[in-house]
Amino acid sequence: MLRLHEVEAGYGSAQVLFGVSFAIEAGACVSLMGRNGMGKTTTVRTIMGQLPLRGGSIDRFGDATPGRESFELARAGIGLVPEGRQIFSNLTVVENLSTFHRPARDGETLWTMDTVLDLFPRLRERLGHAGNNLSGGEQQMLAIGRALMTNPRLLILDEATEGLAPIIRQQIWDCLAMLKAAGQSILVIDKNIGALARLADHHCILEKGRVVWQGDSAALRADPQLTSRYLGV
Amino acid sequence: MTVTLLLEQMFNGLQSGVMLFLIAAGLTLILGIMDFVFLAHGAQVMIGAYAAASLTALTGNFLVGIVLAIPITFASGFLLEFLLIRHLYRRDHMDQVLATFGLILFFNELIRIGFGPAALFSDLPKALSGFVNILPDAPYPMFRLVVIIVGLACAIGIHMLVSHTRVGAMVRAGANNEAMTAALGINIRLLRRFVFAVGACFAGVAGMMIGPLTAVEPGMGEPLLILSLVVIIIGGIGSVRGAFVAAVLVGMVDTMGRVLLPVILRSFMGQAAADGAGPALASMMVYILMSLVLVFKPTGLFPPKG
Ligand SMILES: Nc1ncnc2c1ncn2[C@@H]1O[C@H](COP(=O)(O)OP(=O)(O)OP(=O)(O)O)[C@@H](O)[C@H]1O
Ligand SMILES: [Mg+2]
Repeated sequence: MLRLHEVEAGYGSAQVLFGVSFAIEAGACVSLMGRNGMGKTTTVRTIMGQLPLRGGSIDRFGDATPGRESFELARAGIGLVPEGRQIFSNLTVVENLSTFHRPARDGETLWTMDTVLDLFPRLRERLGHAGNNLSGGEQQMLAIGRALMTNPRLLILDEATEGLAPIIRQQIWDCLAMLKAAGQSILVIDKNIGALARLADHHCILEKGRVVWQGDSAALRADPQLTSRYLGV
Repeated sequence: MTVTLLLEQMFNGLQSGVMLFLIAAGLTLILGIMDFVFLAHGAQVMIGAYAAASLTALTGNFLVGIVLAIPITFASGFLLEFLLIRHLYRRDHMDQVLATFGLILFFNELIRIGFGPAALFSDLPKALSGFVNILPDAPYPMFRLVVIIVGLACAIGIHMLVSHTRVGAMVRAGANNEAMTAALGINIRLLRRFVFAVGACFAGVAGMMIGPLTAVEPGMGEPLLILSLVVIIIGGIGSVRGAFVAAVLVGMVDTMGRVLLPVILRSFMGQAAADGAGPALASMMVYILMSLVLVFKPTGLFPPKG
């Protein structure tokens, strides 16, 4: 599904990623953890083609051609729920969803406006509202729904529970568990290690632009030193 | 000053306003959303006027000439973006000014070479050349009325396109956050080319409609470009709705100012002085209007949100 090999990337003269390698198999849920500024979002941007690859390679769905543009990668099947939600404030809730609808590649449409609104009934009550008239939780649901409308093969969520009330957070985690149970491949970034350990099958810890530890949830739980050493809690 | 004359001038103001809107609609998107300084938009007006005038002469039918000219203006916008403009997006504004100012000179010279320096005149078809009574005993040229109707119809079309179609929503999304729009699978480059081509098309239509009312000649687009820039600044750069309100405002103020100012001035100064100052002041009215708007609303009447 997705395979990063020794990925290097950065901004201007500042290199941020110094050889990031990990992989996501079809149907799997992988987490990316690490303290602030360790390069999680930069990794996402590089996967999404928003930042150029400076070294290494990224194989997306069997295609490792370098220099693919963002929109091509989205069409190939990457659905992004970005850090900070990035809802289109000048579009209505309906437009935020319908504008980006894309049928799944094998012809069968999984997600439609109706199924997305069934997943997030609160959005149904806000259809005509402008994107910036939503609460933080609603915006997050909209960002997830918007990515699902593209019928992605791989869903990437960058800090999807940040800044939300605990009850809304739990709703988002429940929703992700449901998506995973339905066979959705997911790359998830979050600060909540407990929730990630419950959701994801495989975890990668980033430290200063390198993957310093990878393993499954059992291994993550078994080594309490990991959290104190790399995750700062 | 009779009511009839006033009404006629109001219609003239509306007519020039809706034409200004057709030119400004595309330009405000190019300037505001693409952040691209495009000075050659007036050339699109000229291309539309020349295409319609020559195709009308060729086919002998005004309507057929217009229908054939529309795809030409679309294609000219599309090609211009593809051949030149897309290479300039990442350049700074000064480069864009220089390059597109060069385009003005290029297009005017091209037209001069192709059609000669003299103005083209096209005869209106009989059906459009008469007068209609807009009030009892207030005859108004049929063609000007048609221009108003076409302009308003285009304005509704532009509104529908931007606010009620999927591609319109893509344009607005792109204006709000280009990187995110691309990350959701939208080809921004193609979207820009489309906006450019549609903008050129509507500017071209304005040229086709204005052509029979004024002279179709090299350089005819530039005065209109300047007025459109005024419209865009008053309306709020990037706002199509603002461009509409501002265009009608500018059209009205410009037209009514030329008629009313000398009359008003004559009421408190000598005939000769009034006749001298009136037209001079009238031609400044839209700029005074723009300055006033900028003082009270520096981002224009309808600054686009986002
Ligand atoms: N647009 C940018 N331009 C320059 N440097 C940046 C930019 N974005 C991030 N950086 C730098 O890159 C490094 C990694 O940032 P990144 O956003 O990838 O971290 P992160 O792991 O996502 O952190 P967080 O948990 O705070 O979201 C940081 O040192 C940051 O300052
Ligand atoms: Mg981040």
